[in-house]
Amino acid sequence: MSSMIATRDAYGETLVELGAENADIVALDADLSGSTKTGVFAKKFPERFFNMGIAEANMVGTAAGLAAVGKVPFVSTFAIFAVGRAWEQVRQSVAYPKANVKIVATHGGVTVGEDGGSHQSVEDIAIMRAVPNMTVIVPADGIETKGAIRAAAAYKGPVYVRLGRNKVPTIFPPDHRFEIGKGCEMRGGVDFTFVTTGLMTAPAIAAAELLAQEGISARVVHIGTIKPLDQEIILTAARETGAIVTAEEHSIIGGLGGAVAELLGEEHPVPVKRVGVHDRFGTSGKAEELLKYFGLTSEDLAEAGREVLARKRA
Amino acid sequence: MKERIAELEEKARKLRVSIVKTLHKSQSGHTGGSLSAMDMVTALYFYKMRHNPADPGWEGRDRFVLSKGHAAPAQYVALAEAGYFPVEDLMMLRRLGSHLQGHPDSKSTPGVEVPTGSLGQGLSMAVGMALGLRLDGKANRVYALLGDGELQEGQVWEAAMAGGHYRLDNLCAMVDANALQIDGEVAKVMNVAPIADKFRAFGWNALEIDGHNMAAITDSLDMAETVKGKPTVIVAHTVKGKGVSFFENKASYHGVPPSDEELPRALECLGEECKP
Repeated sequence: MSSMIATRDAYGETLVELGAENADIVALDADLSGSTKTGVFAKKFPERFFNMGIAEANMVGTAAGLAAVGKVPFVSTFAIFAVGRAWEQVRQSVAYPKANVKIVATHGGVTVGEDGGSHQSVEDIAIMRAVPNMTVIVPADGIETKGAIRAAAAYKGPVYVRLGRNKVPTIFPPDHRFEIGKGCEMRGGVDFTFVTTGLMTAPAIAAAELLAQEGISARVVHIGTIKPLDQEIILTAARETGAIVTAEEHSIIGGLGGAVAELLGEEHPVPVKRVGVHDRFGTSGKAEELLKYFGLTSEDLAEAGREVLARKRA
Repeated sequence: MKERIAELEEKARKLRVSIVKTLHKSQSGHTGGSLSAMDMVTALYFYKMRHNPADPGWEGRDRFVLSKGHAAPAQYVALAEAGYFPVEDLMMLRRLGSHLQGHPDSKSTPGVEVPTGSLGQGLSMAVGMALGLRLDGKANRVYALLGDGELQEGQVWEAAMAGGHYRLDNLCAMVDANALQIDGEVAKVMNVAPIADKFRAFGWNALEIDGHNMAAITDSLDMAETVKGKPTVIVAHTVKGKGVSFFENKASYHGVPPSDEELPRALECLGEECKP
């Protein structure tokens, strides 16, 4: 695996591998197979790929029907359409019956870029988290994505995996074992903890390195599975470091930040700062510019760390 | 065949009695749309579909999706009669802890393939089943029963589009066209006619029948099996509340169960003696 790979490319590769291992795996797309990379599976296994056209609600229902006759459907399109447009179908046809459907959405978050706000999902983690029976995974890099897709295929039940558009740095070693529901300590520290997901974990590590030069010791915990949440690793961080900064390429409402705040508020209140999109829609721009524009860079994370540390020490 | 039809008609009558008694007991549920669907549901479970009540998961079974999920009582009484679960269970319809949920729930009731209730979603699931079964080279058929008001949901047409596009001739939809919905006549609320023409435009074979003529129902189901290269829709013109004269053609009996006062009169209409 090269050092920069788009998580959707890792998905495309892994789906083909899985397709060869398990004849029951099928894939569905809504006219975006070139972008979501289900097109790679489609080329290899054309009779097991169903393009449903620009009709996401029907696509999700169709996947539920395929699951009901023993198939293992992987359903893909952009995040905002997969679980936005088809939210109720995911809820009624997939989650309610615990159908064995895997929704793997790409183009989550603001780094979708130039397409703008209509295509930048800042709500998908929240709206999937709120659905019972749904497992929600947001991998950091290509390695974790491969593991997550394999874990999703092996798991019996509904899974939502949220991937991005652009190449991201590889932060996990090639032999990393992904486990649903298990977070990863990426860096030790004692002064406060970054609890992050998706592409925000890499800049959190960079922010921790920056802060180390100021004498601040920041732990970094990567949460690949938003639901079920690894409560233990988060509570341990709260107990041992006393302050938390969450970060996600998503609204600060209802996503990882929300989940962590809920947990700590009940179990172990400490100062929490949620880094994310502040309850607003995305906008057109280059991905790198947008990360800066929405306050999602390593500098922003370092600043959030200083802030939460000041609150802790006050 | 004439005897067979007479048997099915008697079965449907008996099941209508069961619906009325079940809904009277639960004091909650959908009377009109369950009664209008009963002849078709009877034909499906007791004439056309291959299924095994002793083995609800039997691989060789045809699949049925009650897309108009509020007509659950019609499906439940048929499943009970067929032997999927004890008839006594019907008396627990919609009660806390009962496997007979307000709308069909595949996780709790044997014989229910997928959950429905939120209109417009069942045909999509039927499309998925048809695709999967064909992929496996199986001869199983998939049936979906929709309401006419339900056709107002756009997802139905997405599914119709897919059914036509993928030439799903192992799929047969039925529309219980009783011309009424909650707020009144379908034609006045949001017209969906011409139903058969719409499906034809999406690449389906379309038949129109009297949804209370058992011979027409069985004939159309038989015909659907012979059509290659296209899914079939059977548009059945029905009467909401069919069988109980004072329920018939009334939108007001959509989601209202029979009262204590109405029960004996309803049973009398259905040819039953009412035992106090």
